[in-house]
Amino acid sequence: SHCSHIPLRSDYGYKVSLFSHLHQYSRKAPLTQQISIPATVIHPSIVRLGLQYSQGIVAGSNARSVALLHAFKQVIQDYSTPPNEELPRDLVNKLKPYISFLNQCRPLSASMGNAIKYIKKEISNIPSQCKEEEAKKKLLLCIDNYVNEKITLAAKAISKCAIDKISDGDVILVYGCSSLVNHILCEAFEKQRKFRVIVVDSRPRLEGREALRRLVKRGIRCTYVLISAVSYILPEVSKVFLGAHALLANGYVMSRVGTSQIALVAKAYNVPVLVCCETYKFCERVQTDSFVSNELDDPDDLIVTREGKTQLADWQSVKSLGLLNLVYDVTPPDFVDLVITELGMIPCTSVPVVLRVKNVDQ
Amino acid sequence: MPGADKETDLGERIEAFLAELKRGGRGSGETARSTAALLRRITAQARWSSAGDLMEIIRKEGRRMTAAQPSETTVGNMVRRVLKIIREEYARSRGSSEEADQQESLHKLLTSGGSSEENFRQHFAPLKANVIEAINELLTELEGTTDNIAMQALEHIHSNEVIMTIGRSRTVEAFLKDAARKRKFHVIVAECAPFCQGHEMATSLSEDGIETTVIPDAAIFAVMSRVNKVIIGTQTVLANGGLRAVNGTHTLALAAKHHSTPLIVCAPMFKLSPQVPGQNSLTCVNAHCPVFDYVPPELITLFISNIGGNAPSYIYRLMSELYHPEDHEL
Repeated sequence: SHCSHIPLRSDYGYKVSLFSHLHQYSRKAPLTQQISIPATVIHPSIVRLGLQYSQGIVAGSNARSVALLHAFKQVIQDYSTPPNEELPRDLVNKLKPYISFLNQCRPLSASMGNAIKYIKKEISNIPSQCKEEEAKKKLLLCIDNYVNEKITLAAKAISKCAIDKISDGDVILVYGCSSLVNHILCEAFEKQRKFRVIVVDSRPRLEGREALRRLVKRGIRCTYVLISAVSYILPEVSKVFLGAHALLANGYVMSRVGTSQIALVAKAYNVPVLVCCETYKFCERVQTDSFVSNELDDPDDLIVTREGKTQLADWQSVKSLGLLNLVYDVTPPDFVDLVITELGMIPCTSVPVVLRVKNVDQ
Repeated sequence: MPGADKETDLGERIEAFLAELKRGGRGSGETARSTAALLRRITAQARWSSAGDLMEIIRKEGRRMTAAQPSETTVGNMVRRVLKIIREEYARSRGSSEEADQQESLHKLLTSGGSSEENFRQHFAPLKANVIEAINELLTELEGTTDNIAMQALEHIHSNEVIMTIGRSRTVEAFLKDAARKRKFHVIVAECAPFCQGHEMATSLSEDGIETTVIPDAAIFAVMSRVNKVIIGTQTVLANGGLRAVNGTHTLALAAKHHSTPLIVCAPMFKLSPQVPGQNSLTCVNAHCPVFDYVPPELITLFISNIGGNAPSYIYRLMSELYHPEDHEL
C-alpha cells in the first residue's frame, strides 16, 4: 500500500510568540492554491467539506460534527474493498489521509475527534466474515444512530432539563451563537415561558448576530450588546446560559473566546452560570490555560475601518506589531455553577465520572 | 467703549468655548488647558470688585460649561481648582494663614460651631494679579503632566514584562514610550470595540519599536494569565478612588484581580473629580460617547499621577488638597 502524503498548509503572517507552536492560516488565499490536492487520493465530498470548514461556511461544534459524519457516509457508500484487503483495516487506512486533510483545512474540534474515534472503532469491530454490502449498511446505520442519539435526542433531553431552570420574568444572557442554547430558548418560548434575552457578541466573528436573527424570528424579545458592555448589563441579568465546544476531564469548559470572561463577570455579580453541553463533547484531555492548545484564526479579521481610517491596514509591514485572533478559551470550573447534559445536571467536576461511565459502557 | 468691547469679546470667547465642548473630540488634557486659559481670561476681562463677585461669575460660567458636556469632567475640575485658588489668594491677602482655613480637622469641626462665615466681600487691589499668576502656575502644571507621569515609567516597568492596556490613552502611550527607550518589554492592547481605539494605540506603540499585540476584547481573560501588569488610563478618577473609564475596563480589572495582576492607573491630577459613583456613572451621555464603566477602588493597585504614586485609599485626601468642599457642588 502506498503512503499518501498530504502536503502541509503554510502559515500566514507574524505569529505572536506565545502561540508560535500553533498554526495560523489565512482565509483569503484559496485553499487549493495552498495545498495541491491529488484528486485520486481524497474523496470529493471530503474536499468540499474541507473548503467549507476553511471558509467558515460550516461553523459551530455540532454543525461541523454532523457535516463530517454525513461526508463519511458518502465515503463509505462509495467505498469498495480492493482485492486482498480486509474492509475493517483498509477503510480505516483510507480515512487517515482524509482526516489529515480536514485537519489542515481547520483543526479538528473535540466533538469531531470523538466522532472519528467512534467510527474507527465501529469499523474495526466489523466481523471479518461480514459481506461488504452488509458491512456498509451496518456502518451507515451506526452513523445515523450516533447523530440521532448524541446530537438530536440529546438536544431534546437537555432542553427539557433546562426549561425547568427558566422561570417567568427571567432575563437570560447568552453569548455568541450556540445551536444548543438557541434550541433551548426557542423550546422554552414555545412552552409559553415569559423571558427576555440579552445576546452578547464580540469582534471579530460577530456570531451573536446570527443568534439574534434566529431568536427574533421566533418572536423572543432580545437586546444586543458587545462584550465590553457586559459588566454594565449584568446587574439586570438573572441567568447566564453558555454553550460549550468541549468539556475537559479536569472540569474546565472549552468554549468560544470570551466565554470565560463572561463567566468571570457573572461570578462577580453573583449571577448563576449554566453551561449546556452534550456528552459526546466530553474530552479526556486536560488543560489549564488557553495557550497550550488553541486555534489561531486569520489575523486579518481584526482589521476594521472606523471613521474612514483603517489603522491596521499595513500591519504586516510593521515589524513589532502582531494581531492575535484566538478562537477558544477555557473557563475554570469555579466560574460555572451547573452543566446540563442529557444524562442530567452535573457540576463541572463530574466530567471524569461521566467519561468513566461511558468507557465502561463501551 | 473699551469696557463693553472687552465684555462682548469675552462673551464671544465663552460661546466659542461652549460650542467646542459640545462638539467634543478633544483630549482631556487639551480641554483642561483651554478651560484654565478661559478662566484666566474671565478673571482678567470680566467686571468684578471683590473675590465673592469673581467666584460667582466663575461658578455661573462653570455651570454652563459642565452642562454643555457633562461627560467631560475636567472642565468642572478646573473650575473648582480656580475657585480654590481664589479662596487661597483672598485668604493670603487678608493675612490669615492658609493652614487654618484649609484643614477640616475634627477639632475645627467641634470648636468652630457655625463658622466659615467668610463672604469674600473685601476688596484687595493686588488680588486680580495674584489670581492670574496662580492660574499661570496651574497652566504650567497642566502642560507638564504627561511628561511628569512618563518620567516615572522606569520605576514601574522591568525588562521582559508583558503589559496589558485597553483602548487609547495618551498618558499611557507616553508612559510606555518613555520606558521603551531604556527597557525591552511586550505590550498587549485590547482593541476596545466598537470604536477600536486600541488599533491606533498599537500602531503608535509599534512604530516606536515596542513589541505590540492587538487582541479583541473577548480574549482579555484568556491571555491575562501571562500578563505581568495592567496599565490603563481613565476618563475620571472618582472621590472614593474608583474610576469612570472606557467600557471594558471593569472586565479587565476583574480579570486582573482574579490573576492577582497589579492594575496601575495613569491619571493626571486634573482628572480627579469630587463625584461619587451614582446612577449617572454608567449612562451613555450622547450618541458619540462610548459607554463608561465604573471600576471600584478594590480592583485598583496604584494610581500614578503627576505628583507621584498613590494608593486608591489616599485619593480622598488629595481631593481635599485640590478642591474646597464648598465647591464640590458648583
